[in-house]
Amino acid sequence: MNSYNVNEKGYYGDFGGAYIPEMLYPNVEELRQSYLEITAQADFKAEFDQLLKDYVGRPTPLYFASRLSEKYNTKIYLKREDLCHTGAHKINNTIGQILLAKRLGKNRIIAETGAGQHGVATATVCALMGIECIVYMGELDIKRQAPNVARMKMLGAEVRSAQSGSKTLKDATNEAIRDWINNPVDTHYIIGSVVGPHPYPDMVARFQAIISEECKTQLQEVEGRDYPDHVIACVGGGSNAAGIYYHYLDDPRVNIIAVEAAGKGIDSGESAATSALGKEGVIHGSKTLLMQTPDGQITEPYSISAGLDYPGVGPMHAHLYRSQRAEFVSIPDQEAMDWGLSLSQMEGIIPAIETAHAFALLDERKFEPNDVLLFNCSGRGDKDLETYIDYFKL
Amino acid sequence: MNRIQSVLEQDKKLLSIYFTAGFPNLNDTVSILKQLEAEGVDMIELGLPFSDPLADGPTIQESSTQALRNGMTTDKLFEQLKGVRKHVSVPLIVMGYFNPMMQYGVERFCQRCQEVGIDGLIVPDLPVDVYHEKYQALFQQYGLLNMFLITPQTPDERIRFIDEVSEGFIYMVSSAATTGAQSSFGDAQADYFKRIGAMNLNAKLLVGFGISNAETYNAATAHSKGAIIGSAFIKHLEAKGVNSVADFIKQIR
Repeated sequence: MNSYNVNEKGYYGDFGGAYIPEMLYPNVEELRQSYLEITAQADFKAEFDQLLKDYVGRPTPLYFASRLSEKYNTKIYLKREDLCHTGAHKINNTIGQILLAKRLGKNRIIAETGAGQHGVATATVCALMGIECIVYMGELDIKRQAPNVARMKMLGAEVRSAQSGSKTLKDATNEAIRDWINNPVDTHYIIGSVVGPHPYPDMVARFQAIISEECKTQLQEVEGRDYPDHVIACVGGGSNAAGIYYHYLDDPRVNIIAVEAAGKGIDSGESAATSALGKEGVIHGSKTLLMQTPDGQITEPYSISAGLDYPGVGPMHAHLYRSQRAEFVSIPDQEAMDWGLSLSQMEGIIPAIETAHAFALLDERKFEPNDVLLFNCSGRGDKDLETYIDYFKL
Repeated sequence: MNRIQSVLEQDKKLLSIYFTAGFPNLNDTVSILKQLEAEGVDMIELGLPFSDPLADGPTIQESSTQALRNGMTTDKLFEQLKGVRKHVSVPLIVMGYFNPMMQYGVERFCQRCQEVGIDGLIVPDLPVDVYHEKYQALFQQYGLLNMFLITPQTPDERIRFIDEVSEGFIYMVSSAATTGAQSSFGDAQADYFKRIGAMNLNAKLLVGFGISNAETYNAATAHSKGAIIGSAFIKHLEAKGVNSVADFIKQIR
């Protein structure tokens, strides 16, 4: 069978691998050698499951959206990751990685963050475990995302401003990697998405795979079958998508749809639609599709949602795109924002702007009445209130 | 014999200088090369600027950003280097990240390097195993040596593998760090230099990262074939101007 998952060398088709400076080799190699073994241990699994249940609030509900379903004359289910502690799926991964870090004997955690969601999820688990936490965040993002900066500080994390390059997520990631180079022994780097050198994309995907694992059981209960016809998620780096696709990757009955941020339009020069605009290259230690100049300089993407404006995409998604296993669609700012409002008013759920992109697919595509659509409702909109207020003059 | 290998055979300690091409001004590259040669530098590393230089500290990052702002590109570098072998005879190494090379086309990149007289490459984010499997034959076809880095954390077994694959020198990173100038070395570094020295590797060792003055240069070369200076030289160019190369080299040795 054709597998869309990672191979033993850390590649998804042509993409992935570990293109890292030698200075990072010992850190990454230690992880590569131990992540499968540690995460398979009974005591690890027990602690992970316990925390997901008691602390994160899993399993998250699978909610049948009746008004939406009626309007679009199809069956629409929402996997409610927005109900996780801290407001998004991000914490599934940070719980997994902090438990791994503890078992590796690390006593210092670093992370990168764009909008601050992953930073908050990391600061949260560090507080939970009493471990020192340093979060790198672009200088521009610190200004744009003041509430999340305050949350991280309340949780006891140190937020360090990334001043280099374009002063946003990619630069925060560079700074976190440099920190790791300078602190190779005691520090674990918690990457927030399915990006970075192998084994990160696979490790993060495995921690997020709990999402589709639960969907299988939940769909079985309500639909009498454990798979949807279409599974839909927004993709920036791609961690929520990886999680909800994971157990369906090799199931040909399931159509996989990835929704990227078109920003102000694919041809506007201000977009984050990596599959459409990116070319094969190396970013943050991984061979993948990324937005760059013809000369190979990495460019700054744009989307109204800070969680989708990453210039690359996880290697799993690059492979799903190139192999045509997944359909890629891109949605402009305006449609995503309108869907933020629609979902709020039709279902009483205020989504993160990232998440709203996924729902905009409903206006792009026609579905059959008996089709089962599974959306990852990956995050809640609290963090985006200021953007919503500005945009809709609320 | 490749120029790098010839210099490594010489019975003396080597000084290699790194600078970012296109910095401080777009067309300073050749002038700096000529001055370095005139001052008796043994080897020169030319940095091809990249937007996201992961392995570099603030000084080289900023010089790269400035060089890109000045309009530096891969093509421009090769244009600047056309005819450079009429004036410069020391080994020239291009140090650059893998993505710009991929976009240029790795083979085309190697070919242009050979045409202008480049002797070797340092590609910090191209791991030795990927190089060995995919690119070594290509580099050899165009007469280019590829230099690898090791750090205090690199396991002995991997150092042996790197030694096997190396045809030029091994770039010994002085400490667990990104690039950047330090004013002195501690005992840990001396122990590390001795430990690697005692491994009796085939490849010669050049120490880099953190070398800024005569003291660190002497400490680094006590247990190695030579030393590489980058950030401190770039800071000097920034502070004293592009015609001040001689002042810097005279401070070192």
